[in-house]
Amino acid sequence: MKTLAANSTEKTGKKEQIVNDFQIHVATVNGSGSQSSNTVLMRAIFQMGIPVSGKNLFPSNIMGLPTWFTIRVNKDGYVARTPKVHVLVAMNPQTAVEDVKELSPGAVCVSPVELNLDKIRDDVKHYQIPFSELANQATENIKLRKLLTNIIYVGVLGHLLDVEQEEIEIAIARQFEGKEKAIDLNVNAARIGRQWARENLDKDDPYKLSRMDKTKGKIIIDGNGAAAIGCMFAGVSFVAWYPITPSSSLCEQLIDYMEEFRLDEDGKRTYAVVQAEDELAAVGMALGAGWAGARSMTSTSGPGISLMSEFTGYGYFAEIPTVIFDVQRVGPSTGLPTRTSQGDLISTYFLSHGDTKHPILLPASVEECYEFSVQAFDMAERLQTPVFVLTDLDLAMNNWMADPFEYPKEPFDRGKVLNAEDLERLGGFARYKDVDGDGIPYRTLPGTNHPKAAYFTRGSGHNENAAYTEKAEDYVNLMDRLKRKWETAQKLIPVGIADMNKDAKIGIIAFGSTHWAVLECRDQLSARGIPTSYFRIRALPFTHRVKDFVDAHDHVYVVEQNRDGQMLDLIRMEFPMLATKLHSVRHYSGIPIDAQFITDHIAEQEN
Amino acid sequence: MTQASQTSQPTPPARQPQTNKLGLTLADYKGSPSTLCDGCGHDAITSQIIKAFWELSIEPHQVVKLSGIGCSSKTPAYFLSRSHGFNSVHGRMPSIATGAHMANQKLTLLGVSGDGDTASIGLGQFGHLIRRNVPVVYIIENNGVYGLTKGQFSATADRGSKLKDGTVNELTAIDLCGLAIELGCGFVARSFAGDPRQLVTLLKAAVSHRGTAVLDVISPCVTFNNHAGSTKSYKTAKEIDTPLHGLDYIPFYEQITVDYEEGTVRDVQLHDGSVLQLKKIDRDYDPTDRFAADRAIHQSHRDGTLLTGLLYIDKELRDFSSVQNMVDEPLSSLQQKDLRPPKESMDKIMQALM
Repeated sequence: MKTLAANSTEKTGKKEQIVNDFQIHVATVNGSGSQSSNTVLMRAIFQMGIPVSGKNLFPSNIMGLPTWFTIRVNKDGYVARTPKVHVLVAMNPQTAVEDVKELSPGAVCVSPVELNLDKIRDDVKHYQIPFSELANQATENIKLRKLLTNIIYVGVLGHLLDVEQEEIEIAIARQFEGKEKAIDLNVNAARIGRQWARENLDKDDPYKLSRMDKTKGKIIIDGNGAAAIGCMFAGVSFVAWYPITPSSSLCEQLIDYMEEFRLDEDGKRTYAVVQAEDELAAVGMALGAGWAGARSMTSTSGPGISLMSEFTGYGYFAEIPTVIFDVQRVGPSTGLPTRTSQGDLISTYFLSHGDTKHPILLPASVEECYEFSVQAFDMAERLQTPVFVLTDLDLAMNNWMADPFEYPKEPFDRGKVLNAEDLERLGGFARYKDVDGDGIPYRTLPGTNHPKAAYFTRGSGHNENAAYTEKAEDYVNLMDRLKRKWETAQKLIPVGIADMNKDAKIGIIAFGSTHWAVLECRDQLSARGIPTSYFRIRALPFTHRVKDFVDAHDHVYVVEQNRDGQMLDLIRMEFPMLATKLHSVRHYSGIPIDAQFITDHIAEQEN
Repeated sequence: MTQASQTSQPTPPARQPQTNKLGLTLADYKGSPSTLCDGCGHDAITSQIIKAFWELSIEPHQVVKLSGIGCSSKTPAYFLSRSHGFNSVHGRMPSIATGAHMANQKLTLLGVSGDGDTASIGLGQFGHLIRRNVPVVYIIENNGVYGLTKGQFSATADRGSKLKDGTVNELTAIDLCGLAIELGCGFVARSFAGDPRQLVTLLKAAVSHRGTAVLDVISPCVTFNNHAGSTKSYKTAKEIDTPLHGLDYIPFYEQITVDYEEGTVRDVQLHDGSVLQLKKIDRDYDPTDRFAADRAIHQSHRDGTLLTGLLYIDKELRDFSSVQNMVDEPLSSLQQKDLRPPKESMDKIMQALM
């Protein structure tokens, strides 16, 4: 066999080693089984103690369209996307030419020999591999050859980048847990790839991994999995959902977790899950269950949010607790269903007709996906209203490192619910009366055995006793009380986090998954002599902290992932006096925002 | 006609209002005064709901009244004031009912809808309620028009029926009973607001059924659809009403005391042990035969009759919550100790993610 690692050492040149700071980009075809190989590669690096993050850029399709998986290795712990690709694995003939053309000079390209990619570019370092031959060595089963090709490139990279073989094999065992035959086949294929590379390739590029100790005790999880764990420990007892990308895996993971951890001693479920006929029904079921006393939720994405609009307004007006997850994707309409966005902020905040607004929690990390999910159920029952948790595809479906989640410290807050004894003592109740001055009335659950327990829930005008009314005064009283309740909500939400830099004249405001790119961009700006302060909004409604932060700076950049600067609009609406101090940085390609994008934008304005 | 179901009603003490087995009077099952038009068929149905629940001695606090949007959907305010009510959004009462049932499967759910609410926007949720067999007594107060928006045709208006201004409906009517049978509903009946005795008997049988029970009741709209040329006026409905059988309901706590000549009566045992007696009129009708039910409905369309009675029953179907392997206690009464897994569970999950 001939070594095909060829060409242009003079152009790539001899460079210093680049250790634990590069990005691997694997281009494959979806449905080819590459996901498990990419997970193995990422986990093996993680197990070497090196900070890592993985992002899957996938099509809205089941088989045959291009997919890219990106693994960023960064010794300093930056986990946002970066546009620079240092090591390309070009397995997809459909996209290989484009993929190679996008590389920077000096980058590495690992590809099947028959693609002849060295003819396209000679200023990148090519390692050309006879994958078909190696796959033939790995198995006689034609069907398995394609699958095993993926783990062979892991073996090749293992040699080229110094991924420890032992860690690869541990990761394989974990990936195929319980399937001994699959483990053996994959381990063998990885070894074949590694051995061939060792014998045939001359390493001639700067990229290298070296063991660190920065991931010890950490977990890797996606945001949907983290939210699912949160919901389970929040004691969710009723889930209604309708499948939609990128939200489906939240409920699917929740179902798996609850099947293991939420059975009573007789093996019976302490919960119910209904796959509804659509999102109109999913939110209706969640409201019906919340009204009847279950801890209820639903999960969806933009198109589902649109469908839930009418019932959400009902929930607000009739004051019914439920938790609604919106895992945002690119809209409008079907949009780009497998790309990320923060474009549902305004539509969700004011979802439904009339004067409506809803508390929204905005987790930025998988830890917060977990924590805010727990908190959302307490808030919904305390406030007797639908509470939204807005994540996005990048946070929800990609892999993030995190510290292990802490077991909840706070007991459940079930809110103001009167039982039969309370009613006996009080002699009755008025469903929509503000007894405590916090705007939150008392409710009873159906089935409460007391002649005065019942009330009539309606979406039409109602007075304090839940009776129908069209009187102007009754309506105004009701709407004013709901506003008081909103003020109470401001005291319950997770407050924003400010990181003040006394040298900074400018500030940055961001929320959700944009956070990670902002962290990195601040270091970049700082290196360019532009110190910044940072305020991360973690929930709506706003508190005075947002205003205080803006007041403390000459001007402030609001960074977000939508076309129209929706968060900036909301801030301006709430605090019109701040309008002239606010600037906008908007990224809306569907690809996760990166630090360089923000840095370039801000630096351009500041210089 | 026998009065079998009436024989054991307690004799009222002089000048005291009559009470049921719970010691409650009929008034305890009433609601606010109706605000519908005088003579509305819906008010006649409301009266029979009150009567049925009172006579069955159902604990009002165990009942939930549900509805969608429209004249019919206003009526839950007019009965069972001691029961929780939920007047939801248009056509989507079934989803509220499904959630409420899963939260507390011990509740008795009574849904009131109309032809506008069920046969148009609500058709999807109606279908899926049936498919899941959520235990709801689902009454359609069917008058063929949108009353609250002043008299437009609904999707159950018969072809050829006329509006007040002479507009003729050219479209095929949706037969909600036929559809319910097709969708696998375990209890399908049709009645007429002008036949209170049949209606109250079918209502009681529907309450005794465990699963979705569809009761399509022709309920004339006196304001917008009670004129000559309408197929859903009191006059026409009365003329074409063709009962499948005479009906008697014997609650589970009473003995069957009247003997009938062999071959003239069919006893249908209901889920709670009560019995619905079907007394032959012209022909023997077997309500457990789905094909026969389908045929009878299609024949009635051809004949231009209003076929009333118990069209179809299958009491063996399992209801939605009973196929979920849920704990016996309602989910709504579970507390933190039942709902939050212990710390060891969290440790195990975290370990697996490391």
